[in-house]
Parts: sequence; C-alpha cells; structure tokens
Amino acid sequence: MTTTAPSETGDATTTSASPRGTQIRLDGVTKDYGLSIPAVDRVTLSIEPGEFMTFLGPSGSGKTTTLNLIAGFETLSAGSIAFDRRDVGGLPPHRRNLGMLFQNYALFPHMTVAQNVAYPLRERRVSKSEITRRVGDVLELVQLTGRDNHYPSQLSGGQQQRVALARAIVFDPSALLLDEPLGALDRNLRAALQAEIRRIHREVGSTFVFVTHDQEEAMNLSDRIALFRDGRIEQVGTPEQLYRHPDTLFAARFLGDSNVFELDERVVGDRVGWDGRAWSVAPSTTSTAVSGESATAIVVRPEDLTIAASDADVPTGANAVSAVVRDVEFMGAYRAVTLGLGAADVTGTARLDALDARLGPGDRVVAWWSPARQRLVAA
Amino acid sequence: MTATTTRPASSDSVADATAAPSRPPHRRRRSADPVPWWLIAIGVVVAGYFVLPTVIVIPMSFGGSSSFQFPPKEFSLALYERFFTDPKWIGSLGNSLLVAVLAALIATVFGTAAAVGLNALTGRLARAMRTLLMISMVTPAIVLAVAVYISFLQWRITGTLGGYVLAHATIGLPFVLVAVTSALGGFDRRLLRASASLGATPLHTFLRVTMPLIGRGVVTGALFAFVTSLDEVVIALFLRSPTFQTLPVQMYTAVTVEVDPTIAAASSLVVVSVTILLLIPQLVRRKTPRS
Repeated sequence: MTTTAPSETGDATTTSASPRGTQIRLDGVTKDYGLSIPAVDRVTLSIEPGEFMTFLGPSGSGKTTTLNLIAGFETLSAGSIAFDRRDVGGLPPHRRNLGMLFQNYALFPHMTVAQNVAYPLRERRVSKSEITRRVGDVLELVQLTGRDNHYPSQLSGGQQQRVALARAIVFDPSALLLDEPLGALDRNLRAALQAEIRRIHREVGSTFVFVTHDQEEAMNLSDRIALFRDGRIEQVGTPEQLYRHPDTLFAARFLGDSNVFELDERVVGDRVGWDGRAWSVAPSTTSTAVSGESATAIVVRPEDLTIAASDADVPTGANAVSAVVRDVEFMGAYRAVTLGLGAADVTGTARLDALDARLGPGDRVVAWWSPARQRLVAA
Repeated sequence: MTATTTRPASSDSVADATAAPSRPPHRRRRSADPVPWWLIAIGVVVAGYFVLPTVIVIPMSFGGSSSFQFPPKEFSLALYERFFTDPKWIGSLGNSLLVAVLAALIATVFGTAAAVGLNALTGRLARAMRTLLMISMVTPAIVLAVAVYISFLQWRITGTLGGYVLAHATIGLPFVLVAVTSALGGFDRRLLRASASLGATPLHTFLRVTMPLIGRGVVTGALFAFVTSLDEVVIALFLRSPTFQTLPVQMYTAVTVEVDPTIAAASSLVVVSVTILLLIPQLVRRKTPRS
C-alpha cells in the first residue's frame, strides 16, 4: 500500500471502526416485486473488509437489484443487511456513506470537475481549505490533475468515469459500489480503466462491490465472484475456484469455454459411461462438491483437452473420447480446434500448440484428459 | 501566337479567381438556409397583421389629445402623465402587479412541485392528474370566471386580493407545469441516485441538482404565469369591487364606459413591458455556458 491513500485524512467523516473498508453482510436478502419469482431470493453473503467482490450474472439475474438494496435505493422485502454488524435496513441512501459508480457516469452537468468532486465533501460540511486539498489529491489519484475547471461535457467517456470515481471515493466511503461502470466504454478504454480501478482498490483499500455481466472483467478484477442466477447466488468463490471448480453447469458455462458431456446414466461407484467408454470419476480425481447422485454432466476446459491420433496414444488412467476435427483456427498464441465429440457429435473445443499444424478438418482423432482436470457438475 | 492565346486564358482564370471568393459564401448561405421568397413574403404579412395593431397604439399614446387620433397630430407625454398621476390608473397598475407577482409565485411553487412529482410517477393516475391540472388552459375563460365567481361569493373573497391571487394562480399553474415538465424531459433522473449516494438529503438534491438543471423551465413558467395574470380580464371583471380592481379591468372600463384615451398609454406600457419580460428567457439562454 502506498501512502497516498486519502483514507488517512478521512477522520472528518463517519467511517467504520475498521480502518480499511467495511464488512457487508447480507442475510436472507429478498426483493419481491410480486412477479412469479422474486428479483432477489434469499441471498446470504459476507463481503469482507477491503475485499473486491464482484456480482456476476446475466441480465435479470438480480445482481443489480442486490447492489441497489445495499445502496438503499430499493427496500428489502425480507432479510437484513449489516455494515460492520450494524443493521442498515432502515437507513436512507444518503446516510449509508457508500460511494457509487454508475454506468452512465451520472456527473452533474452544471458543475465543473472540481465542483462535482467537492459535492460529497460540501454535503459533509468539510472546510473549504480541506475540500481544496482533498479534491486536488483525489484528482491526482485518478490522473486528472488540471481538469478542475472543465465541464463534464468537455471530457471523454473515460475521463468522465474517472471524475465519477474520484467523486465516489473522495469522502472515504465505507464501501464503493460499482454498477457496470465500464459498460459504456470501448474495449481499449475498458482495459485501461480496469487497471485503474484495480490500482485504486489497492491504494484505497476499501471494500469494493462490482456488478458486471462480463466474465472476463469479473475474473480480472475480483478477489471473489458471486455468480447470480434467477435472483439467487449460484456459487461464490475466487475467480480461480469458479473457473477450475464450477459446481453447476451454469457456472461452468458462464465463466470461460467448456466441453460439456451430459450424462445419460447415473454415476455408479467410480465409473460412468459415455459414448460406450467407461470414464473414471473417482472422488479423489475430481475433488467435487457435487455428489455422484446429483451430477448431470462432466465439464472439461479446452486447455485440459489433449488430442491424440489414436487410442494407443492415450495414457492409461486418462478419460478419452473419439472425436472428429471440424475446424482449426489460428489464434496467434495457439490453435483453436473445434471438435465433434463422440457418436453424438457434441461440439467441443481444444487448444493446440500454435506450431502444431498437423490437424485439418475431417481428421478422426481421440481427445483425452486427466480425470483430475474434469469436474462433475449439477444442473 | 501561343503567347497571345495563353494570355487571355490566364487573365480569365485571374478573373475567376477574384470572383471565386465572393461566390461560395453566397452559395453556401443559400444552401444552408433555403427559404423561398414567397414564404418570407407571407411571413412578413402575417407578422405585420399580428404586430401592427399593437404598434399603432404606441404612436397614439404620444398624441396628447383628449381623444384617440392616428396618426397623432402632436407629440406629448400628457397621457403618460395622466396614467402615472391618476390614482384610478396607477392604483390599478399597482394592484395588477401585486396580484401577478403573488399569483405567479404560488403557481410556480405548486406547478414545479406538481411537475417534479408527476415526472417521478407513471401510470394512469399520474396522467389523469396531469390532465386535471391542465384543464383550466382549455376551459373557456367565461366558464372558469362564472365558476370562480360563484364559489368565491360563497367564500366571501370576491373583490379581495386573496381572491384575485387564488384565481390567477389557478390559471397560471398549467403554464408552469408545461414549462417545467418540458425542462424535466432532458433531466437525467439517475443524477438523483448519484446525489443521494454522495450523502445529499432529498431536499439538498432538489436545491443543488434538480433546480439548477430545470431552472430555465421554472423561470419560463413563472414568467408566463405572471403575464397571464397581468392581462387576465374575464375573471377579474367578475371579481372586481369598487375598492379593488386590476389594470385590465380599468382599461376595459376606460373603453366601454369612459372613452378615456389614457388607455393608449396604458396599452403601450403593457405591450412593451410584457415583450421585454418574455424576451428574458431567450437572453438567459444565451448567457448560460454549455450544458
């Protein structure tokens, strides 16, 4: 941590007891609009102080509603939300001391950059000299020094979002809520602002709650990801846990590419059959939270799939499936192979070394993987 | 031989070059603003038809005689002197201004509140409310006046300042509602959430974010409400009392009962001041920085 973090001087505002970020606890949080299913359904989650937590999910999965419940823009139908063990259910948004970043920046168009950033400090009756100092510091932190007197309309989208970021952290909020803040930016700017947000999270050390539907963004930024589906949390974990050890087919498909072998038969003991082959699914090799009973599919990541010319080349103990090469694409760093797997011709993908030009469409091969790399997933 | 043929060509091109700079601006002006001459002619005729009667009254007001004359035979400020000294005239002007200011104030406060409130709502009830508030705009003035008169008689507030203010605030409110609603059309409601997240109470948010951004609409609405009250005559005729009457009522009496040429001065003053008032929003718009 560097010493430029403005939280050192944040004693004027009512920050939490913990110096670095607030713990946010959601307990059975529910929002019901009276539709067929609740928008948010009994979400229980603990976001630790200083953690970068991402709510990931498709649109309509309840992630933004959950964020709005934390911010206080929506009222709870049931459950409770606590900041550092203090219940905030009855607190209006302006008394929750949270910074918030919106997709459309939501800068005040009639105020200059400096006035926008000073806004939360003026609301908190910080002295004029202190405001000037802190606005200068935070504009330096987001690398916008010298733009103080510009109006938002004179700035680019990326600059506007940086002003919004400065405005949202200048008053040392208990936590920063980010509602798809990069959604309106083009690809290059997104990457730059992602790095910026990560750096500022490191320097400020506050709790960040980030909402996105972009799995790459989620994996790049987060300490942990909460994956939302139909108003519930499907799975919570580090990006690596979610990628390597998805519990459900939904989680496996939402994060990264996967080869999915849907199981027609029950797992019996350590074995399961697929396309006339017997595969090993010993718990020791799959380390899964999903029991054999509830497993409905086996998931293998493309980079874990190896392509062999024939069954003779498959090492013993590996699970294998016959495949037909449909297409080979040169991606620069690797070659992406599209496969038709098994007799059912299930679409799959594998990665080949970029220099390996032996395969072509129509080739009959055998794809194999180590059972330790596969995952048994539930529906 | 070759030299003589090339020289005229070059002098031609020089002539072209000198003519060229003056030509493109002409062409550009025409293509950017393709208004045909006949449309301009019609426009001038229509504008003249609207403006001339009010303009004729201004020279008449300097006529200084004891009766209406156009064109005026002499130049005199006698009518103006009478207007500003006769308690009948200057008193009714004072009444009119007082009523208009108070009515505009009430209409602006309630009209703005209604516009902001209705803007946050959707659905049938909000639409019904909006229509209800606009109804005085489309009701014939005489119907409104009779209704006001009958109810004010019961409440015993005819001929009182409060009665005038209340009636005029009612007819001014729709103007504020329309102006503020249109200003809210360009207002991003997400700014309200942003402001709340930054620690501002709803009241502070209204004063520091909403008002500055819809202020122009509020000012426009207030001006229209003020002017509407200032020249309202039908309701005022019903509500008048021997002790309290507004300028339009005095003017009406001046032409129908007294044939008093002072009305020329009064009309000129009203025309000029109302025109200036309605130009204010235009000038304010120029001054504001980029939004």
